[in-house]
Amino acid sequence: MARMKFLCDAERCIECNGCVTACKNEHELPWGVNRRRVVTINDGVPGEKSISVSCMHCSDAPCMAVCPTDCFYKTEEGVVLHNKDACIGCGYCFFACPFGAPQFPNGPAAFGARGKMDKCTFCSGGPEENGSKEEFEKYGRNRISEGKLPACAEMCATKALLAGDAPVISDIFRDRALRRGKAGDAAWGWTTAYGKPEQGAPAPAAKEGAK
Amino acid sequence: MKKALFLMFTAGIGLTACGEYSQVANYKPGSYQGKSDTRPWEGGKFAGDKAAWEAALASRNQNQNEYKKAN
Repeated sequence: MARMKFLCDAERCIECNGCVTACKNEHELPWGVNRRRVVTINDGVPGEKSISVSCMHCSDAPCMAVCPTDCFYKTEEGVVLHNKDACIGCGYCFFACPFGAPQFPNGPAAFGARGKMDKCTFCSGGPEENGSKEEFEKYGRNRISEGKLPACAEMCATKALLAGDAPVISDIFRDRALRRGKAGDAAWGWTTAYGKPEQGAPAPAAKEGAK
Repeated sequence: MKKALFLMFTAGIGLTACGEYSQVANYKPGSYQGKSDTRPWEGGKFAGDKAAWEAALASRNQNQNEYKKAN
């Protein structure tokens, strides 16, 4: 098993926030905690681009480097997880993370007002028995131990968000990029979704004009 | 003699703070201090069968490729 990674195809993401909703529902996340969110560049401008962002499970994770209680660890699959029993909610990981992945819930907090840090687990749970009640309450559902991929990627309607073995999803993305053979706004849209006009046939715009 | 000894002693005490010490922090990478985690294929649905777990995940991985489904 290689390293687990997320890959978001900005040409396909339609900012539906299905991934965000799937994540919140799957892990029953409290108000204010968003392990995943959709970021849109040039929102409202034709040609806007959206990308779904969460913990990217960095190979050399800055959150692991700065944590004063060393509560982070990396699984054999390359997923960055943390132990909430050791987290003191200091927020260093939040400042270190380039993606804003660490989340701090409101409400009763052991240290200051931040509480225990919460972040995307790649649906891998945490350091508790797989599938146990404790694991679900602290870290959310462990889909990986059920042989499933993260809920966000599996729920993605346009399959913009891919998750899984890095070489496999890279191949899927590469194959897709080669097939569409275009870039920018032409890469994914009406003509790609409904096929190319047949040779010799008038273009759809010309047909409408003739009516 | 006494005066010289007194001066040496006070100079020794007084100038101890004037030494040059490295003020660059020496960071050491920490290691995980928490409890160990069970691996995904241990317990639960797969009960230690790593091959079955990998096969299940590989199948799910390929399901993300809609070109293999539709065309």
